[in-house]
Amino acid sequence: MSAHLSYGRVNLNILREAARKELREFLDKCAGSKAIVWDEYLTGPFGLIAQYSLLKEHEVEKMFTLKGGRLPAADVKNIIFFVRPRLELMDIIAENVISEDKMHSPRDFHILFVPRRSMLCEQRLKEQGVLGSLINIDEYILDLIPYDGDLLSMESEGAFRECYLESDQTSLYHTAKGLMTLQALYGTIPQIFGKGECARHVANMMLRMKREFAGSQTQILPVFDSLLLLDRNIDLLTPLATQLTYEDNLRGLCRFVYGVLDLCYVKLPPEKFAAQKKQVEVGKDLPTEPKKMQLNSAEELYAEIRDKNFNAIGAALSKKAKIISAAFEERHNAKTVGEIKQFVSQLPHMQAARSSLANHTSIAELIKDITKRLLLILVDRGKWIFSLFLSHSDSASEAFFDNLTVEQEFMTGVDTDKVNTYIEDCIAQKDPLIKILRLVCMQSVCNNGLKQKILDYYKREILQTYGYEHMLTLNNLEKTGLLKPQTSTRNNYPTIRKTLKLWMEDANEQNPNDISYVYSGYAPLSIRLTQVLARPGWRSIEEVLKMLPGPHFEERQQLPAGLHKKRQQGENRTTLVFFLGGVTYAEIAALRFLSQMEDGGTEYIIATTKLINGTSWIKSLMDRPEAP
Amino acid sequence: MAFITANWNPLGEAFYRKIELYEMGWSLRDGLKDCLVAAAPYGGPIGDARPQLEIYSSSGTNMASFPWKSGPVRQLGWTVCDDLLCIQEDGTVLIYDLFGAFKRHFSMGNEVVQNQMLEAKVFHSPYGTGVAIVTGASRFTLATNIDDLKLRRLPEVPGLQGAPSCWAVLTQDRQTKVLLANGADLYILDNTSCTPVTPPGLSPQACSIVNMAVSFSYKYLALFTDSGHLWMGSANLKDKLSEVDTKVRTPPKQMVWCRRPKSQQPSVVIMWDRLLLVAGERQHKYTLDEESVCVAELDGVRIVGGSRHELLQEVPSACQDIFKIASMAPGALLLEAHKEYDKSSQKADEYLREIKEQSVLGEAVRQCVEAAGYEHEPETQKTLLRAASFGKCFLSNYPPEPFVSMCRDLKVLNAVRDYTVGIPLTHTQYKQMTVQVLIDRLVYRKLYPLAIEICRYLKTPEYQGVSRVLKHWACAFCQTGVNFLDDMGPIMSGENQTLHSTVRTSYQRSMVTYLKNEMNRGDFFMTLRNQPVALSLYRQFCKHQEQDTLKDLFNQDDDHQELGNFYVKASYKEKKLEARLSLLQSAVDEYNKAKNEFAAKATEEEMKLLRFQRRLDEEKGEALLGLSLQETLHALLTSNFHKQAEQLYRDFRVPDKRYWWLKLTALAEKDDWEEMEKFAKSKKSPIGYLPFVEVCVKQHNKYEAKKYVSKVTPEQKVKAHLAIGDLEGAAEAAIDRRSEGEISTVLSRCSPTTDRALLERLNRARSTASKK
Repeated sequence: MSAHLSYGRVNLNILREAARKELREFLDKCAGSKAIVWDEYLTGPFGLIAQYSLLKEHEVEKMFTLKGGRLPAADVKNIIFFVRPRLELMDIIAENVISEDKMHSPRDFHILFVPRRSMLCEQRLKEQGVLGSLINIDEYILDLIPYDGDLLSMESEGAFRECYLESDQTSLYHTAKGLMTLQALYGTIPQIFGKGECARHVANMMLRMKREFAGSQTQILPVFDSLLLLDRNIDLLTPLATQLTYEDNLRGLCRFVYGVLDLCYVKLPPEKFAAQKKQVEVGKDLPTEPKKMQLNSAEELYAEIRDKNFNAIGAALSKKAKIISAAFEERHNAKTVGEIKQFVSQLPHMQAARSSLANHTSIAELIKDITKRLLLILVDRGKWIFSLFLSHSDSASEAFFDNLTVEQEFMTGVDTDKVNTYIEDCIAQKDPLIKILRLVCMQSVCNNGLKQKILDYYKREILQTYGYEHMLTLNNLEKTGLLKPQTSTRNNYPTIRKTLKLWMEDANEQNPNDISYVYSGYAPLSIRLTQVLARPGWRSIEEVLKMLPGPHFEERQQLPAGLHKKRQQGENRTTLVFFLGGVTYAEIAALRFLSQMEDGGTEYIIATTKLINGTSWIKSLMDRPEAP
Repeated sequence: MAFITANWNPLGEAFYRKIELYEMGWSLRDGLKDCLVAAAPYGGPIGDARPQLEIYSSSGTNMASFPWKSGPVRQLGWTVCDDLLCIQEDGTVLIYDLFGAFKRHFSMGNEVVQNQMLEAKVFHSPYGTGVAIVTGASRFTLATNIDDLKLRRLPEVPGLQGAPSCWAVLTQDRQTKVLLANGADLYILDNTSCTPVTPPGLSPQACSIVNMAVSFSYKYLALFTDSGHLWMGSANLKDKLSEVDTKVRTPPKQMVWCRRPKSQQPSVVIMWDRLLLVAGERQHKYTLDEESVCVAELDGVRIVGGSRHELLQEVPSACQDIFKIASMAPGALLLEAHKEYDKSSQKADEYLREIKEQSVLGEAVRQCVEAAGYEHEPETQKTLLRAASFGKCFLSNYPPEPFVSMCRDLKVLNAVRDYTVGIPLTHTQYKQMTVQVLIDRLVYRKLYPLAIEICRYLKTPEYQGVSRVLKHWACAFCQTGVNFLDDMGPIMSGENQTLHSTVRTSYQRSMVTYLKNEMNRGDFFMTLRNQPVALSLYRQFCKHQEQDTLKDLFNQDDDHQELGNFYVKASYKEKKLEARLSLLQSAVDEYNKAKNEFAAKATEEEMKLLRFQRRLDEEKGEALLGLSLQETLHALLTSNFHKQAEQLYRDFRVPDKRYWWLKLTALAEKDDWEEMEKFAKSKKSPIGYLPFVEVCVKQHNKYEAKKYVSKVTPEQKVKAHLAIGDLEGAAEAAIDRRSEGEISTVLSRCSPTTDRALLERLNRARSTASKK
């Protein structure tokens, strides 16, 4: 399960082990058999730290999901609640504890808060009169969770909203703490770069924390050469754009169509896999259960294809299929006993590869069901022509295509100062609100704000069509800068686009040579900043940096004597890029691409407060008043 | 080392020692002469008033000093949480904190005001800090806990005129009582009665009891008579422990118990002007070279003088065993062994052997560890601990905990005993008072960095330790009105930086809550106003917990935009339409004040829509209330209320395009093809005619769809033909338009069954188009 974490440039398994150790220590504090009651949101992150087997070794016999009413019967000595510090969860716990049958087998109650205890919560438990019934109240500081060999996330869903809408900087404090933990394990990071208000804030906290622990310097050779802190609000455009990598699509599909997504697992409808059931591992899955696949670099094929543009997936899969069947054909050539033996020894690996291929082929087909394989993109004298290779017309795919066209028009600055007919039509047909919001916000961002008249027009259209209650959501979008009235006549987006080369006319999805492949032409601004920082440095784009919100800065952290790294000739630098407020899979793919570039010179490890996509992101900013 | 017993004085079975704690840092002109002094137990602070009120730490560092301007202070005392009580003649009690800041005052009642106070005593009990007063009318008034003030007037004492010759407050059987002497008569006063009592075996020569002292634990009582006799016994007056003739007949200035817990020795310290007597079964006299004050402690007596601060106590048995001259106790031998070992002498082995032969090595280690705890000099502590550690090497399975925790305790104790901190706690006191309380005291003295260091060092769980300290720290800053959040950087210098970053974030939350409960609302809001971060945190809190407070907060800030939003949210919680509309009207007003024209107008329109919906619901029995304008129109169109729909469309200035789309879909949904045709012909469609085609196809009516294909613009012809599945028509249109893209699209829709001729024509056209 955890092997994939140690393959990368930085062995993130150390972090995981540290987290596991703490968990074991807590479990051992409650002697005797135990049952865990889970805040459902936490099962995902915990799954990355410890499986059931670890819990079982520490006498965890039962697991329940936290819900109101009475706890299910379980013959255990301890009941442990694993919860986030949320008031509504405290009420449920109180209900559980109060309705416990006291006469019959008394059980000890404990709470483990993740990632921090909260006074308000304890106050609430006190008010509910159950604080005294809890034997242990503890906190499990789980700031950065290793997701993959090069990816860390805090899974703090509200981080963007809290920082930019509610000026609540708690998550930034957790970020700084998490980075301190990381430095304790991987050595002091000598250089810190950053752009944005929150980045500045986190860096300040880190530097101060470092001063506080001046006595207890870690004597570890630094693994990271630099840290780059980026505010999400310096690049609002990237998450708004429709994501086109395989990983994005896969996750988007599962969340959207089937409504189940388990952080690192996808569940897929079983009927799609029924046919290959026999050759795929005869797993524990009952045929009626959705297929569960783990999605990280532990899966060899997945690691290879996930960051590809979706247009390149078909080719990649068929190439892989050829290699595998060729390998199977080998058996006919095996003549001697030795050769046969060697073939047999490779069999398990090959079979695994084959079954994985079969899975991804099914998934790819599934995605095509939705997108109808519409994306064969031809370039004709700088103008985009989309050709549809469809056996029959399908409005869903056309909508997808139209949407993409409009997005690309906005990104290239075409008619961003007018009311867009496509958006109008979508509103008239009452397409999903989130789609509308994404497009309108995108137009606003690409035009550095909309003329008051146009902005009011869109807002009125949205309120009349989707209901007045979205007033609050629109207000939120304005507060975070996603929607704004144009204040100056000058639109600086074109300057930014040109200087940073955000739009590449000749993006090659099949054999990418630039990060713009992830959005079929658009190079994410955040990643361009990262790229420029590595070479030639931010001094060259000083003007553009000033146009983006918040300060940019560089800080150096003193290393203890003797820990200065002597770089070998040709050795790559390692940079940790931290996205405050969320990162998309497309950005991750782009950074992975940069890491793999032969002459890149820098490898990237990615960290974030939350893995997001456009939909989940906009959703987190919506406010819906509840009817009585 | 050799002189360790130099200050020991034998007294019966036991030894007493006087240790110098501090050389006082204050500079008092006449020493403590003519001062009214009160010193708090557990190494607490010292207060002194006359004519200036001064507060010092135990080492004599000044903490506060200001001229006394209220009425004359008759008695000073300290509360259990280190607040200073100043009791005035009329029974007014003023409370100050350690830094001389006035906290509050209370009165001991009318009777005291009328008759004036003669004497007062401040006492401590499990219920807190109490005050007892005897008035000019010889009546006692008592408050057991000044934080929960309940005044009790005790019954009259028969025959008492003026003040009693001496008195004390006792806590017995969970009741607070007064023990008093009137001449030779002794009485116990409780809530309801006055009972005469006789101490068993009191010397008959006595005509009057002139002084009395109750022990720290309220278990023992000492009485001093005019004949110079000292009677010691249990506080319930049932047993006599001992009686000594001091041969001094002058009434003492002060008398306090000096007894360590579990000691067999009763002993009392009696002080006259220049004489200090330790009396147990025997007596020992010290001469004092300056005016001093005795402070009773759990395990000894502190003697505060003008230049010195000393601790007088019975030498603990562990120390006696080890350091007593020619002691052969295991600990003493072990200490010797280690000394020899340090000198690399083989005698070390001899000593060790001796201990091991008696198999008392464990006991030896234990003694050394224990004795280290009782020693004040770090060097002595170290010597003992090194010896213990040396002994431990020869033991297997000896539990490490006592040794380790003693090392920790001593490190903490040495830190707080430091001159700059000035809390001369003994190990016994420290254990009794607990770390938590010690931390509280440090916090109260604003020694935050030290408190944090200690928490970290002892690994106190963050929540009880560091976080708690930080919380107090933040509150202290807040209360002094310092702009603690944004302007803290420059204020916090040096070590206090530590706290800054941490506080800025998660602790603000708890601090804000704390403040909210402590301060009155107006002040609280005002304090918050200048603190943007705290303010937004508090808003978050209110959003979850207290909606109404949220409103007040916005009001105070004149944040009309947020107030508007607040009313909008509130309107959705209302079931009754009238209430809902009135809340929306408030929102309109606020949005207007916020100069948000758009929001005001949109809200007015929503109100208009709601009224319209209600009217229609009532008249026609529809269920429109709460739908969006679009949904309302759709509902009206599908229910054939065309007139009403038209009216809404005009009233709300719905854009033509959207209205056409809407009407088109509505008509298609109810298969009203006739009406649709009329609609299409009514005027030129602002959305073109392709939507007509597509909507019909969507409703699976290709027949109707065909009617509109001809009306479609040339650019959309191909799409329209393809929509109705007319490949040939599409091909014609595409070839006509000579568009490569469109031809390719048509080609992609061809299947193997498609007419060969058509395919060829298309291919030809495509190649011509591409050559262009």
